[in-house]
Amino acid sequence: MNKHTIVALMQDRPGALNRAVSLFRRRGYNIESLAVGHTETEGISRMTLVVESADVEQVVKQLYRLVEVLKVSDVTSDPTVEREMVLVKIHAPADKRAEVVAVGEIFGAKIVDVGATTMVLEMTGTPSKVENFVDVIKPFGVKEMMRTGRIAMVRGARGHGAQSYDAAENGHLAEPLAALN
Amino acid sequence: MSEQRTGAQIMCEALIRDGVEVMFGYPGGAIMPFYYAMWEYRDQLRHVLVRHEQGGGHAAEGYARATGKLGVCIGTSGPGATNLVTAIADAMMDSTPMLAITGQVSSAVLGKDAFQETDITGITMPITKHNYLVKRVEDIAYVIKEAIHLATTGRPGPVLVDITKDAMQAKIVPNWNLKLHLPGYKPTTHGNSRQIREAIGLLSNAKKPLVMAGNGVQMSGGVAELRELAERTGIPVITTLHGIGAFPEDHPLSIGMPGMHGWVHVNRAIQECDVLLNIGGRFDDRVTGKASTFAPNAKIIHVDIDPSEIGKNVKVTVPIVGDARNVMQALLDELPAREELAALHGNASDWLEHIRDMQDKHQHKQQYLNRPDTSNLMPHDVYAALTRNLNARGPYRVVTDVGQHQMWAAQLIDWQHPRTHITSGGAGTMGFSVPAALGVAIAYPDETVWAICGDGGFQMMNQEMATIIQEGITNVKICVINNGYLGMVRQWQELFEQKRYSGTPLSGPNFAKLAEAYGWKGLTIERAEDVEAAIAEAYATDGPVLIDFRVEREVNVYPMVPQGVSIGEMIMETPNPA
Repeated sequence: MNKHTIVALMQDRPGALNRAVSLFRRRGYNIESLAVGHTETEGISRMTLVVESADVEQVVKQLYRLVEVLKVSDVTSDPTVEREMVLVKIHAPADKRAEVVAVGEIFGAKIVDVGATTMVLEMTGTPSKVENFVDVIKPFGVKEMMRTGRIAMVRGARGHGAQSYDAAENGHLAEPLAALN
Repeated sequence: MSEQRTGAQIMCEALIRDGVEVMFGYPGGAIMPFYYAMWEYRDQLRHVLVRHEQGGGHAAEGYARATGKLGVCIGTSGPGATNLVTAIADAMMDSTPMLAITGQVSSAVLGKDAFQETDITGITMPITKHNYLVKRVEDIAYVIKEAIHLATTGRPGPVLVDITKDAMQAKIVPNWNLKLHLPGYKPTTHGNSRQIREAIGLLSNAKKPLVMAGNGVQMSGGVAELRELAERTGIPVITTLHGIGAFPEDHPLSIGMPGMHGWVHVNRAIQECDVLLNIGGRFDDRVTGKASTFAPNAKIIHVDIDPSEIGKNVKVTVPIVGDARNVMQALLDELPAREELAALHGNASDWLEHIRDMQDKHQHKQQYLNRPDTSNLMPHDVYAALTRNLNARGPYRVVTDVGQHQMWAAQLIDWQHPRTHITSGGAGTMGFSVPAALGVAIAYPDETVWAICGDGGFQMMNQEMATIIQEGITNVKICVINNGYLGMVRQWQELFEQKRYSGTPLSGPNFAKLAEAYGWKGLTIERAEDVEAAIAEAYATDGPVLIDFRVEREVNVYPMVPQGVSIGEMIMETPNPA
């Protein structure tokens, strides 16, 4: 089983995400990471999904069968920029703060909240760098941690743009029909 | 200025605008506004009240498969909707164009476990081509148009539209100036010309070529193109279970059905062939046997409108994504003149002769029709009589259920015409035949519609016999191949599970009396010499007739490929106990 990073563009309609992830569930593939958000074109979402799967080509073809799916790429072996973000709340009484700040600085983490005994750090980086940061910060005492899914973008001119999809063409349902009457 | 319409009126008008003439449904609380509106449109939009929503779903499937048009079924929310699920799954597996309309509880209580609330869009997500939850009256006209477009184009399939009660009751002035916006849905209908040329190259140089015709040939309306392709190349033609009818079985190039209960010579031909052109079939495991051993010597050309079917089960040398009929037309356009194909014709003719030799050596259809020496009524007696009558007595459609009787029908009837063989293939849904026959009979009131089923499947869905009476349908005739067992399961138990007949002996009521209770004519046949007269009586009767054929109980379907082995390894008869 190999890990695959799949990027898909899809219309922003109710149920679209559910349909897409169901194709993985049906085969018993576990989704390791999932991130979905708006793109440069209104009405179109971009999904980055990391999955361990033996037969990802078949799933990619089946993703295309979904009416809302516009474009799917398995970017696993492409040169990509991959990022993940983590928010971590650590136990940091006054005497530990300087140490936490120093460790944070090494990883380019930002301190986004300071409480009486806690600090919240925000860190963005490649998934392995995030992993590394989490390992180093752990001994301070993690009270809460939250990681986003991974997002991936292919480097260079060859891309996965949503501009070619006219905003007006997307999800008629997003555009209230009443307005046309 | 247009007048205001309720959502329910808009539903009716949207269906009529898209050519819907008949719907099979069952009312209930959440769908009542639709039934209220339907009354106004009853001259244009026929509603058939079924006895169970699953029956309505299968009736819509029967209607769709016999005509090629959209089949429409209706259920209310909750159990009404969940009862449609099996028929929807069946339509998905066999690529049947179907629109399922369900009522949903009002949007104000959606998600609050309201009375008869079920998340039917969630339930049917993996078994529909697409589905919709509609909560606003403004969206109804557009969604129905889009749903019908999706169900009937590309690879057809079921689409479910779930509409809340308040959306059906709300009023607007409908906007019928609707343009479909489906940027992610662009089915490839014409094959890539380079792939077409590659396919021609492979076929031209083939020594042992075969054409395998699947469901796509008839669905695309490509029967004439298939015949021309076969005749211009001289390549023998195999018809899969859903390919039956795509190519006349009395044609010299027709060699029959492949797969688990296909003919020995067909499966051996597949294992020997060097080029296999599959048109509109999906290499189902019942066709391929153990897929890794399927057609080991062949370069495979796979024509399918759904790219996700290509390379799914078997390795393909030349994939052609497109509508079967268009691709066959393109192949015909590119096909060299007959003189230039002399080598292919020579090879194909030697090859066909070799296949016919295998056919003579192994059991041919006729040998199966020759009944064993027993005084008991054999299933074969029924099929022999049916096949004698069907082609002699004018237009017919045959709907089969699932199990032994289904395989015997596929094997033993002489199939000649498109869309005359209608069955539940991919899903294997017992209970399909009686309601599907209802749908077929409504589409073709002037033809004789035979439903052939086992005593198991018959007892699953026979309530639709009441619908047939209520609708005044006279052209449905049911043959129950009654052996008092769930026969196909029993056959497997006999062959592979030391005759452990667990859960397969099956009793039933007196089917002829049951038929009479429904207002049908009912006949019980126990002797071979009475079969012909019973079928003649069914034809002579101006009304629905059921014939209960009480056949020899433990008869097996042969040839047979055991599950999970190569299709070259067929069992021809019950092994003698050592």
